[in-house]
Amino acid sequence: MERIPILKMGDYLLITIQVDMHDRLAITLQEDLTDQIVKHRSHGVLIDISALEMVDSFIGRMLGSIASMARLLDAETVVVGMQPAVAITLVELGLSMTGVRTALDVEKGMLVLRAALSKARRNGAPGAEV
Amino acid sequence: MATSKNKLAEVLAKHEQQIATGWLERQASTLRRLSGAEQQEVTRQSREFLKTVKAAAQADGAGDVSSPAWTPVREFLTDFSAARAKGGYSSSETASFIFSMKQPLFEALRSEVGNDSETLAAETWRATELLDSLGLLTTEAFQKTREDVISRQQHELLELSTPVVQLWDGILALPLIGTLDSARTQVVMQNLLDAIVKTRSDFAIIDITGVPVVDTLVAQHLLKTVAAARLMGAECMISGIRPQIAQTIIHLGVDLSDVITKATLADAFALTLRRAGFKMIRDQKEQRAAEN
Repeated sequence: MERIPILKMGDYLLITIQVDMHDRLAITLQEDLTDQIVKHRSHGVLIDISALEMVDSFIGRMLGSIASMARLLDAETVVVGMQPAVAITLVELGLSMTGVRTALDVEKGMLVLRAALSKARRNGAPGAEV
Repeated sequence: MATSKNKLAEVLAKHEQQIATGWLERQASTLRRLSGAEQQEVTRQSREFLKTVKAAAQADGAGDVSSPAWTPVREFLTDFSAARAKGGYSSSETASFIFSMKQPLFEALRSEVGNDSETLAAETWRATELLDSLGLLTTEAFQKTREDVISRQQHELLELSTPVVQLWDGILALPLIGTLDSARTQVVMQNLLDAIVKTRSDFAIIDITGVPVVDTLVAQHLLKTVAAARLMGAECMISGIRPQIAQTIIHLGVDLSDVITKATLADAFALTLRRAGFKMIRDQKEQRAAEN
């Protein structure tokens, strides 16, 4: 069965979506990701969607719910590399994903994740590594 | 009927000079006062037009202006109307170029046909029909030129009014000027997002000093643009909110609380610089020099 690989990089999990997302794949990703966060005790998730050229409302909502699930498991999510056309589509669909952090590319996304995690540590958020 | 078919051509050939003089007089009385150069131009155009009409009438006396024989006449009128539209003439001034030809032409017809009232009536009717269709052609061509000008200007306005300016490394500004509608917002959004990708910017400031009216629709467009920029990973704020606009926004019940808003572009720029980690320090020595 087709799966989207989830790579572990230190504290973070890296997901690069290279294929066209369909609903089944999105649900599999959700399940895999939550499993992996718990398994690796990760505190950051970076989702690169720079190769994604088409989105629908389901995929948009899925990205939002992945972020919410990750937060429940004490991991920050950053969505990076969104194409302009995709951003416009999501906004027109009324999905502005207010709960999700975003960055222009993987590099900047990493900086955002680090900043978010160090802030969480300073504030002594429960679960943050000491 | 074969003879009467070409009556018009005959009359035009025989009385060309007389018709031209009468026509020019009529034009002079109906048009506004023309300068010497304009007068010369009108005379030249009138004579050329008579010649083309004469040639067309000789080739095809039926007076069907859509037939191939009349192509030179149609082309002449299209060029003529386009020139008049660009020259700032009104549509009635352009159309009266054709219609003022009626009187001298009818007079020539009358002197040619003589007392045969039946032929005269028939010929006059044919000539009227012909001139009317030519007049309509002129008006249509005139309007078409004007519409072309308008659509070109609209396009240019769209291009001109949505620049994206880079204020600093990683900071973009989008000074909006003029009314925002759905079509323009699309262009604005697209331009901004493309510029964010191109310049790898982290911050964008939308300045609405030049937007005359902000209603719920415009506010919604602005919010959409801010949300789209945020999805691309850039922080977006709105500046240049005039007191009047602030009052309108609140009276309309538009919620802009999720967006950072500033009164001036300078305020927004200062905040972005701070956020981006820059510090601005004024040199004491230079400051004293500037004040003295």
